[in-house]
Amino acid sequence: MSVRRLRAQTSSRVIDRVFIAVLLAAAIVFLAIIGGLAYSLVAGSSLSLRTFGAAFLWTSQWNPVTNQFGALPLIYGTIVSSLIAILLSGLFGVFAAVFLADFAPRPIARPLSFMIELLAAVPSVVFGLWGLFVLAPAMRNAIDPFLQKTLGFLPIFSGPSYGVGLLTAGVILALMIIPTVTALSRDVIATIPIDQREASMSLGATRWETMTKVVLPAARAGIFGAIILALGRALGETIATTMVIGNRPEISASLFAPSYTLASVIANEFTEATTDIYRNSLIELGLLLFIVSVMVNGAARLLIWSVFRRSVSAR
Amino acid sequence: MLKRVTIALLCGMLGACGSGTSSTQITGAGSTFDNPFFSKAFFEYSNSHPNVTVNYQSIGSGGGIEQFIQRTVDFGASDVPMNAAELARANAAVIQIPVTLGGEVLSYNVPGVPNGLRLTPKAIAGIYLGKIRRWNDAELTSLNPSVHLPNISIVVAHRSEASGTTYIFTDYLASVSAEWKSRVGTGKSVSWPAPASVGGKGNEGVAGLIRNTPGAIGYIELAYALENSMAAATLQNRSGQWVACTQPAVRAAAASKPTVSAKKSFSIVNAAGAQSYPIAGYSWVMVYQKPSDPNRGKLIKAVLQWLIANQAQSIAGGLKYVPLPANVQASASRSLASMQT
Repeated sequence: MSVRRLRAQTSSRVIDRVFIAVLLAAAIVFLAIIGGLAYSLVAGSSLSLRTFGAAFLWTSQWNPVTNQFGALPLIYGTIVSSLIAILLSGLFGVFAAVFLADFAPRPIARPLSFMIELLAAVPSVVFGLWGLFVLAPAMRNAIDPFLQKTLGFLPIFSGPSYGVGLLTAGVILALMIIPTVTALSRDVIATIPIDQREASMSLGATRWETMTKVVLPAARAGIFGAIILALGRALGETIATTMVIGNRPEISASLFAPSYTLASVIANEFTEATTDIYRNSLIELGLLLFIVSVMVNGAARLLIWSVFRRSVSAR
Repeated sequence: MLKRVTIALLCGMLGACGSGTSSTQITGAGSTFDNPFFSKAFFEYSNSHPNVTVNYQSIGSGGGIEQFIQRTVDFGASDVPMNAAELARANAAVIQIPVTLGGEVLSYNVPGVPNGLRLTPKAIAGIYLGKIRRWNDAELTSLNPSVHLPNISIVVAHRSEASGTTYIFTDYLASVSAEWKSRVGTGKSVSWPAPASVGGKGNEGVAGLIRNTPGAIGYIELAYALENSMAAATLQNRSGQWVACTQPAVRAAAASKPTVSAKKSFSIVNAAGAQSYPIAGYSWVMVYQKPSDPNRGKLIKAVLQWLIANQAQSIAGGLKYVPLPANVQASASRSLASMQT
């Protein structure tokens, strides 16, 4: 081995080491950010953690005048509005993705994809204003009465409708996250090799059977990933939600009723929270939002993992 | 020749730059309610006083007080004066003066009643407490015999974010209803007792809710209501007179209490006087009595004296704020004079 080659080899080894160190540092930065976030949320809410303890989780009063704080209606509003959003955007987003990836003629697919991605760039305050001035009246005049007439026997579709409320917030959130679901799902579906589709068709399967039995099962993990990413945005959305949800910290059986979310309360009240216990309680809401996000993400991952394992073992 | 012109031009430019950097920047932070007024007024002030520019950040009243206590700004602005605890944290003598006035209209959306709805304090409290729930309630129909109030439910709209507007409105409710005072209280955000109540963000949010919801009622700043020609109820004041929310009616309410103080007990809601409109309040500016830099203090004092004098107050009037009454201007000016510079 010549001296020159040896030298070249050691220098490339050094480069590799530096490269790996940089990668490691990048990963550690994320850990540090999450750790720091969790620490400062706990430290910032220490007073309310001590004062209200675990009761903060299941009491329903939110009264800044008497300094009585409980987060249950806010947790409920956050989870339910996000669930509505995920149901709607999951359904329509995946349909749209299937159409764009496999069925749409090219001259339609290109501009349509572009427009869906454009929707992702619309700021949330614009969605909020549109929701307040266009969607909310439409919900009150048309959609809510229709649901009440057809499905009114269900408690979730009963009671008076004000236009703003949990369902309206869910619909706005669905519109906001549908580009994420559609764009990512379309990309995942497009990566499934064309041979598999051809094989399925050659066995006499219809396009419907090919899609539901071959393509979608193969793309399932990626589609779930897209939905989880979208869910993160729905859980933490602030401005658009607060404009259409009605901002009332109360749990009601009806989806037409006004509700409130963790992120919205923080945004609405933080600037004027002057007493220590009030500020601490708002930071504790931030902590809860953090925990809820981690748990929902974890649950979704568990779901994917179990579905995935079952489909593998079935083969 | 050309060279000489160039040199002259350069000198001119440098001179301009020089005078630009010599202007002192005064900073303030706080109330969003004051922002349109302050932006216009301070712009005019810099035009006539090129040695001073005022930089105002409208971050909200609570934030303004916080920044003022931390001494990161020269003055704070708030819709609610600093309370005892905040004054204690400031740890120095503070002068708080009223700088402008605002009123709040009760706007509504009742099909068939485009204007002229009349409300008593008892009816307003009843609606916001959730005791009066339908527009054809006997309490309301007896007040409005000339119009037909429909049999639809009342939707109570309020501000969702903590705001001085809510403070003034709940202060009014607490002053006219003992039940409101004990059950709900006064605050920038409160726990709203009426079951059919919804929150909108900002004046525009509440106005949007009212416009889009038949049966809705809500409180909106006078300036916003005037700019957007919102329907406004005529209210019965303390002396039993029916008054509409106008700039003169709010000014009359303020003038009825000439001794202005920043104490928590001081408020001009439900003011005496036949012409007084009952839902109104001041916005305040706070400065340290002994500024750390006396020269800077002189400039701050001059700006604020100008702000409460007639020229700036007429700017406020043009923007649909309510200009301070003369007696209030005089007393604010006396307080400012006690600044030690």
